[in-house]
Amino acid sequence: MPAQNFEASVLVNSQQAADIFLLTVYLPPQYDKPKAGQFYMLRAWRADEPPLLSRPISVHHYEEGTRALSFLYQVKGNGTQKLAALKQGDTVQLTGPAGNGFPIEGRHVAVVGGGIGTAPLFYLAEQLTAAGVQTECLLGFRDEPYRLAHFARGGRNVRVATDTGSYGHHGFVTELLEPAQYDVVYICGPEPMMRATAKKCLAAGVKCYVSMERKMACGLGACLGCTCKTEKGELVCICKEGPVFEGGVFFG
Amino acid sequence: MREVYSLADLHVTLCGVPLQSPVIAASGTFGFGQEFSRIVDMHWLGAISGKGLTLEGKAGNEGERLYETPAGLINSIGLQNPGVRHFIEQELPAMKRLGPAAMANLGGSTIDTYEEGARLLDATDVDLIELNISCPNVKAGGIAYGIRAESAKEVVSRVRACTKKPLVVKLSPNAENITEMALACEAAGADGLSLVNTFQAMAIDISTRRPVFQNVFAGLSGPAIRPIALRMVYQVCKAVHVPVVGLGGIATAEDALEFIMAGATAVQVGTASFANPHACEEVARGIAAWMDKNGVKTLDEIRGAAL
Repeated sequence: MPAQNFEASVLVNSQQAADIFLLTVYLPPQYDKPKAGQFYMLRAWRADEPPLLSRPISVHHYEEGTRALSFLYQVKGNGTQKLAALKQGDTVQLTGPAGNGFPIEGRHVAVVGGGIGTAPLFYLAEQLTAAGVQTECLLGFRDEPYRLAHFARGGRNVRVATDTGSYGHHGFVTELLEPAQYDVVYICGPEPMMRATAKKCLAAGVKCYVSMERKMACGLGACLGCTCKTEKGELVCICKEGPVFEGGVFFG
Repeated sequence: MREVYSLADLHVTLCGVPLQSPVIAASGTFGFGQEFSRIVDMHWLGAISGKGLTLEGKAGNEGERLYETPAGLINSIGLQNPGVRHFIEQELPAMKRLGPAAMANLGGSTIDTYEEGARLLDATDVDLIELNISCPNVKAGGIAYGIRAESAKEVVSRVRACTKKPLVVKLSPNAENITEMALACEAAGADGLSLVNTFQAMAIDISTRRPVFQNVFAGLSGPAIRPIALRMVYQVCKAVHVPVVGLGGIATAEDALEFIMAGATAVQVGTASFANPHACEEVARGIAAWMDKNGVKTLDEIRGAAL
């Protein structure tokens, strides 16, 4: 279904780590609920205020009963600074849910995240667990980890790697992964991390999915700013045909 | 249907085509309309100008494609499109069902491909053809024809001979002389003109010390270009007799009214749809509200008031 555009009211916006915030809004009942891996374009400033473009942020969690929709984001520039300043009761413009989302597959799977790339994996992990899929979480951070208790909900096994060694394994999260233990691996993080992790999975013959990130103006498939070439040379629109692809599509 | 509380009549006629509103979604910012079907009330749109087409599909440019500026957007999409035949078979039927008039935006690399594209579109129920001689991002986008009036004259007259559809020629602000360009296109048989396309611009990544875009130059749109676009629309409206569609950074009803007072028959809203996907509808609603407030019943009463 094409995306919708609407205003949502902020329930809470709280700091989770040095530059990491969690924004929760109320999703009005007339609007579609998101799937794990989908995203919204967020805007908390007027159309004539900079930055010109809204910001694409993945769904961190959605709770059916309360219609609480959460976004975990890293403050990087002007747009995310404006999101971080939101207070309870403020409104935020949402366009979405956009993109395809993760398929819920497998019996024993791993979600592998790097930094703010862990954001969409929490909702995914919850959906996988709810579907009876045994799910392990391998999470990599530069220094300070966040949202670990949430990933561990429902008895999920969580293993952590940090670049600085301040917590868990000292090194890359990819090093924690033994693909052969799983039938599907879901990956989201910086592109070099996704490439290394996907290649490791594919070498072991394990199916994997990656969630790609690109600059985009609309999130709707209209601007074609986020078009990428696959390994086979086909053009795909990250916001509409993605952001989730089988690992081999980009890192085969 | 549109609400009836307003007395304002937004209907305009563009090159013989009746439009339910003077607001047109600009090419390259609205897909072929489907993406906005659950966001925008299409009753407020006069037409949709689809993503720029070339006879054969194009992959578009490599590397960075988007760069934000304080009040604008530089793009280097490079006319990525599925080709005229795909558009006719796969996109046009659904685009027509949305309600607004369907405008096919046609670019080309050679006059032959322009002609062939125009012949194919002529046999469809497209309402208008917008001839793109102004895409700055690819040589094949026609910018070669959009700089010098003599080159434009040739491509326009040759395409004119291939179609009976209303032909609107989209001009580049990078033309050597915008008035001469407009007069040349009019003389060559254009039924209307739309202006302006994006301004040639660039950005440099100071960390790599290299241009951001692989093509070095790319096209600037958005509020940053609006006053210059308005000046060009004003100049062209003073010079030509065919209807003019004004565009360039229009984001609000007030912006649109300026272009209409400069003489534009209709306006296009482009980059604003990225910042606010409701922009086209809000501009049209805002024009109606302004007309009501100011006792203006039709846009004919104010069109060209500033000329």
